[in-house]
Formats: sequence, C-alpha cells, structure tokens
Amino acid sequence: MNSHIKHGTIDTSVSRRGFVQGVAGLTFAFTFGGAFVSKVSRAFAAETAELNAWVTIGTDNTVKILCPTAEMGQGVLTSLPLILAEELDADWSTVKTDFAPANPKVYGNPHELFQGAQITAASVSVPGYFMPLRIAGAQARRVLIDSVAAEWKIPASELSTESGHVVHKKSGRRISYGDVAKFAKAPAQPPKITEADLKKPSEFRLIGRKDIGRVDVPSKVNGTAKYGIDVQVPDMVYASVLEAPVEGSKVEILNMSDVTQIKGVTKVIPLPFGVAVIGDTVEATRAGRNALKVKWDTTGATAANTDSEKAKEEYAQKGRDPKVDAIAEYKVGDAGATLGTAAKVVEATYWSEYCYHAQMEPMNCVAKVSEDGQSAEIWTGSQFGALAAVIISGVLKTTPDKIKVNQQFLGGGYGRRIWPDAAVQAAVIANITKKPVKLLLTREDDVAAARPRPMTHHVLKAGLDANGKIVGWYHRLVSENVDAVAAPPRFQATGGKDYIGWRGLDQAHYTIPNVLAEGVREIRGMRVHAWRGIGAGYNKFAAESFVDEIANASGKDPLALRLELTKDHPRANAVIKAVAEMSDFTRKRGDGRAVGLAFSDYHGTFSAGVAEISVDRSTGKIKVHDYWVAVDPGLVIQPDHVHAQLESAVVYGLSAALLEELTVKDGAIQQSNFNDYPVLRMSDLPDIHTRIVATDNPPTGMGEIGVVAVAPAIANAMFQLTGKRLRHLPMSAERVKKALA
Amino acid sequence: MTTFTINGRSVDATVASDTPLLWVIREHLKLTGTKFGCGSGLCGACTVHVDGQAVRSCQVGAGQVAGKAITTIEGLSANNDHPLQKAWVAEQVPQCGYCQSGQIMQAAALLASNKRPTREQIVAHMDGNICRCGTYPRIVRAIQRAAAEG
Repeated sequence: MNSHIKHGTIDTSVSRRGFVQGVAGLTFAFTFGGAFVSKVSRAFAAETAELNAWVTIGTDNTVKILCPTAEMGQGVLTSLPLILAEELDADWSTVKTDFAPANPKVYGNPHELFQGAQITAASVSVPGYFMPLRIAGAQARRVLIDSVAAEWKIPASELSTESGHVVHKKSGRRISYGDVAKFAKAPAQPPKITEADLKKPSEFRLIGRKDIGRVDVPSKVNGTAKYGIDVQVPDMVYASVLEAPVEGSKVEILNMSDVTQIKGVTKVIPLPFGVAVIGDTVEATRAGRNALKVKWDTTGATAANTDSEKAKEEYAQKGRDPKVDAIAEYKVGDAGATLGTAAKVVEATYWSEYCYHAQMEPMNCVAKVSEDGQSAEIWTGSQFGALAAVIISGVLKTTPDKIKVNQQFLGGGYGRRIWPDAAVQAAVIANITKKPVKLLLTREDDVAAARPRPMTHHVLKAGLDANGKIVGWYHRLVSENVDAVAAPPRFQATGGKDYIGWRGLDQAHYTIPNVLAEGVREIRGMRVHAWRGIGAGYNKFAAESFVDEIANASGKDPLALRLELTKDHPRANAVIKAVAEMSDFTRKRGDGRAVGLAFSDYHGTFSAGVAEISVDRSTGKIKVHDYWVAVDPGLVIQPDHVHAQLESAVVYGLSAALLEELTVKDGAIQQSNFNDYPVLRMSDLPDIHTRIVATDNPPTGMGEIGVVAVAPAIANAMFQLTGKRLRHLPMSAERVKKALA
Repeated sequence: MTTFTINGRSVDATVASDTPLLWVIREHLKLTGTKFGCGSGLCGACTVHVDGQAVRSCQVGAGQVAGKAITTIEGLSANNDHPLQKAWVAEQVPQCGYCQSGQIMQAAALLASNKRPTREQIVAHMDGNICRCGTYPRIVRAIQRAAAEG
C-alpha cells in the first residue's frame, strides 16, 4: 500500500493489514507526506513499508490516535489528535493519544518547510498536519458509515455520525463506533475524501472549544509523566561526559587512575566529543567526571580562537564594508539607488549576543546497542528522533530502520532538542559498553554543549522622501549561519542562504517600495542553532527598533507609522490596532513609565506587542509592568493553548531581552549554570494580557511568534521613557546604566 | 546505609552518606517525579519535603536525612487530589511540565504554613523555582485558587 500527495490533492489508503493488527478493534493505517526530499526522509525510503496506524478504534469504544511530533509543552499531543477526532466525529472522552514512532515515511510533516521530514520545529506541527489529519479522520469516519450501511442494508446516504456513534435518523437506530469495529470491513479501495467532504467550521464540535484540557496535564502534576531522564532499563549503567569546551579538541587525561579508583566507576573513555565516565551509579559517574583532570588540545578546532568580545570589531567592519560578500535574502525595487537620492537617510546599528536555550531538563539519553552492533534502541525526548536514528545508523554502519526511537516527553525544547547530540553520544558509548547506557549531562556540561542562538550585528538604513515617507529600507545582518551547522543540505541547495538565521529580515507586510535585506556570513566555529523564534528574534529586534527610530526622525507617532506601513495588509494592521486598543497605547503614562510597541510576523502568524516599563536609574534594571499581545494565527484549534503559548513566549522573550547572554573566550562558553546565566524568575513577571484576533485563515503556528516583539517593544518603551536608544541585546542592567550615564 | 521514610514507607538506602538525596530518590528508589535541573540549588526542580520543609534534594546528602520523613510529588496526595494538584489542572499550568513537581512541592510548603498568602508572599516564596516555559502567571493563579478552594 502506498499513498501520495500530488498537485495538492491527498490520496490516502487504508491498510487491510492494519485492520488485522488492531488490538481487539479496528485500525486505520494512513500515510501521507508527499515527496520525501529531505536527506533524512530519503534515508528511510529504502526501508520496506511497515506502516503504522494513525487511529485505532477498540471494541470498548476507545479511540487511539497517534501524535507524530514531540510534546514539549506546546500541546500537540492534544491538538493534533483532536484535529483527526473532529473529522472522525469521535467522542473526545474516549480518545487516548500516544506518540507515533519515528518513521517519516508514515508520520512526516508534509509542510513545505519540511517536505515529509518528521521534525518538531518552526511552529508548523498544526499548520503542516492540519489538512492531512482532517482527511484521515474523515476517511475513517466514511469507512465506519459504509460498514454500518452494508451491515444494516440501508443506503450510506441515510447515515450520519454524532460523537462516537453512527446514527440512522429515519429509524432512530444508533450504534457506537466500538460496536461498529466488531464487524467493520476494509474496502478494497480507500474512500475518496476531498476538502468538500470535510466539516465546515460552523460544524466543529472539538476545534475551537475552550473546555478541553491538555491530555498530558494530569501526569504532569503527579510526577508520572515520563521524560527521557526518567527512563531506566534492566542492566543499565550510567555515563557522565565531560564535554570538550571547544568542538574538535583532542583530550589528554592527566589523572586516569584517580578517576578509575572511585568506587562505582568502571571505565573512563576518551571520545571525540569529550571524556565519558562509565559507572554503576549516577553519583559515581559524576564524582568521576568532577575528579577528571584533562588537557585539551584545540589545534585545528575552528572555534579555537573565537572570542565574542574581540570578534565584534570584525563584525562591525563587515557591516560597514560595501565590498564584502553579501547574499540578498529579500529584495523589492532598488533600495541602494533610493538611499542615494533620498531627502533624508536614517541609520543605526544593532547587536545581539549568543543565547542558551536553558531547557530545564539537561540533555540525556538511554541507549542500548545489540551485541552485533547492528541495531539499537534509544529512549529520549527529541524534536527530531528520526535524525537521531539516521545519525546513529551511520555510527553503527546499519540502516535507520534498525534504530528504534522511544519518544518521551521533552523537558523543554525551544530548538535545543532538534540536534540529537546526547542520543548519538549515548549510542557511541553503549556500542562500547554493550550494556544499556544512561547518559546524563550535568547542567555545566549542558551549558558547555550549548547550541546557541548566534551573536549578530545589524546595519540598518532608511531613505525618507521630503514628506518623511519611507522610500528605501536596507538591512544587513552579519552573523554565523545556523543552516550551515544545523541544515547543511539546505544551506548548500540555497547557495548559502541561512533559512533559520535570516528569518525576519524581510519586510513582507510593510509597504515600502524599495527594500534590500542581506546576510554576511561569519565563520567562528560555534555550533549555532535554532532558538525559539529563530532569526526573527534578533532581526525583528533590529527592524522594529528601527521603525521607531524612523518615526522619531520623521516626527511621526510609532503607532500611526505602523498602521500606515501595514495599510495594504489587513491582518497585520488588525493585530496592531488590537494591541493598541488593549494597552490604551496612546494614553500618556505618568509615574516614570512609558509604553513601546512592536509588530512581528513569523511563518504566517501575525502579532503585535506593547510593553509598559519603568527603569531604576541607579541599578539600570528595567521593570516590565504590563505586556499586551494580540495574535492572528488563523483558525484556532484550542484557544487556551494559544493563550498559554503567548504567555510562555512573552516570558521567554523577556528573559532573552533583559538577561540572557553567553560569552565566548578561546572558543569556550564562559557560563556554567543559572548563577552566571540567569533567566527570568517569577519576581520579574509582568501582567501579561493576551488576545486572539481570530480569522478564518488556515491555522498557523503559535509556539514562537510571541517571543519576537518583546525585545523591540521594551527598547521602544525605553526610548519613550528616557530618550535613550538601547541597540544591544540583552538590555542588561549594565548596558542600561551605560546608556543612561 | 541510611534509613529514612519516603512517602510514608521506610527505606534503607545503601549509598554513601554524601550522595545527593536527589539521586537516591530518582535513580535508587525510582521515584522519578522529582527532577534534576541544575545540581546547585539554583532552579528548584528537585524540591521535596523533609519533615514538611521544602528542600532542594540536590543539596542534601543522604546522611543528612537519616530518620527523617521525606515527601515527594508521588506522595503529596493519595489520589492526586491535593488542592494544588487540582488547581494546577484547573488552571492548565504545565507546559513541558519538567519543573512542575518542584513548583508544586514548593507551593505546598507555603500553603502548609500560610493558608491565605498574598500575591507578594507567593512570588517571594516561589522565586527560587525556575520555569523556562514561563508558566509563572498560571502558577500564581493556581496557588491562589488552591488557597481559596482549600
């Protein structure tokens, strides 16, 4: 059996074998995903199609629906199955959800961004799976109806469904899905379902409901939710790895015998990524790791000379140099020419520092490798388990289908758990020990192994005509390229464009006749990575701060200017109006307070935020008292998830805007734990006010959008309050004090 | 060997006395609801009760709890019906959920000594517990709800 997406239509098939496999019930196996062009998917394509089911209906009425992506707090374990359940017309109270295995052939995300890769990133789980899951649900429903029609010998057209039942209105007969599962037959050909067969939004019973709780919440208040770190398997040993502070360093262990003498330590192994201490208990391996004395030889390591402070002059120079290699990311008209002839040119430069994800669960993995080294099993919470399988299969010189990934809950992802470094390390160690290994990083090792948001430098210029209207916009970003590290095939295919790092450089929703946004590549050897909001986080900080600088230079109101810039883009315009209304933006604040506004779009979602702040001039500490945020994510699957994700993203964005900074010396990250990498705590929480501006557009992502506007909104408020412009993230107390001095 | 009670059950832990209580709870006794976050008493993810007091279990050696009564998230209530657990569900607090055992144990110690805490008292008491998903607004609401509903 097979399936294809061709020219936008989806043809799914029902597996006969799937029916047989269902435990005491009826199983539907659907597959979708279209052209599996990514490297990871291709690696799986060679495997024989062992298709798994999306939905199983038990004779006890249980409807089991699988979730293809990782649950890291964003709610997909509820929202994706709920989409299928909607079209199936299932009784939600009988639905059970679980994680699908790592198998992109069946469970890959058909979203254009991932093209069939099974990855949880970029806020596209709901957008990518929305239509296929609806069609899968509708197809399953049609099979139930057809089965009842055959059993009762009545036309299918006389049957309908109501919350887990097939109903014959004419005779008043009803039968539960569980009872249908006892006799249902798979059709030779799968029922054809088109978008026209799907429910109209007015018919939704589950989508949009406010009273459906997340399925994972009960297990997360009683300690039973299982994360990767909680896994224990028989005969397991422990491993702690002292990470190489600079990737590519060679290690010399100076006190091997001191460490192997520690009770419970069984082995100390130098490896390409650091030194692994193996032992019987977690405390023994930690004691061993802490006792290790080593010398690192960084010869040949790309990052060996990277220094985040010293590098800034070179970044700045590349920002200024007209001859440096730059690649255009977004181009409208001729910005260069316009800037040359504009009545007035406004210019500013901005910075952002490296940031650490600081996910609460340090990286870890349990791995077990077979005696012959040809297959493996891992237990971990991963945003990209399928990639772990591909890389581990490469290490073991086997095929990805021989690597079983047991997905667990993720103790925070935010992009950190895309790269499966701990999983690969655990598999490497387990291949040596031939015993199951639980690798658990200390917080210090997790910081040393950070995959940070890159340090960035921005040069912005705007040309204004005689009336102060923006006629040209120029944005140059100087930074290491995330795609070069995290997505090399795409980086090569696009000729060196950095999809992840350059998001947010465009000005697609501001009407400006001439725009050029371009990227200049730095190579510093840091393992820069996707970090919640990716490039939009720093690119919009620069751009949205700059909009306020233009407003100031042209004597315009920041709100009026944004409404004018978005006049051709109603959805963008509407969220700005909404947040202005929510925050009573035009009201002058007294009491040493001021408000600032910023707009952001990200992967099709529109949002705007307003921060109300004060500043302690003696300490330099910015206090955000209130934050208002409006969002248009199209159709809302679960309103409470949207509010929760906004609250979450605002806190994450505030933390990054005010506190978070990694510094690098000789290629090594200088911070080690929450003492020198502080993150936002409850005492710095503002009152957060969220509003959904719902439209009937297709659903777009909610995991990241709220992060983006926070930093520029605060910087813009600071300017209103003090007349000082903060152009460097984070806006730490030290930088604020300097700016106010 | 150290003897103490955990969630009402007496246990003999055959570990060195300086072994962090956290690892005894998680890896030896397999009560994995208590989480490892920082190992330095900076984040609160490992919070448990020792004789009713909220304690960072990563900062206490097993030897220090000899003869004491420890409660973890698994032992907070018989049927997941502690007022805070009910309030946590009602307010849909957890996102990734990793820090929430520690948050709830920290909050439970507050309500045990102060049945009607003010918002300021809640914030002061909870400030040592980090939540990277930013569920702070809902944590505050849930504690207020639990205090009100008992």
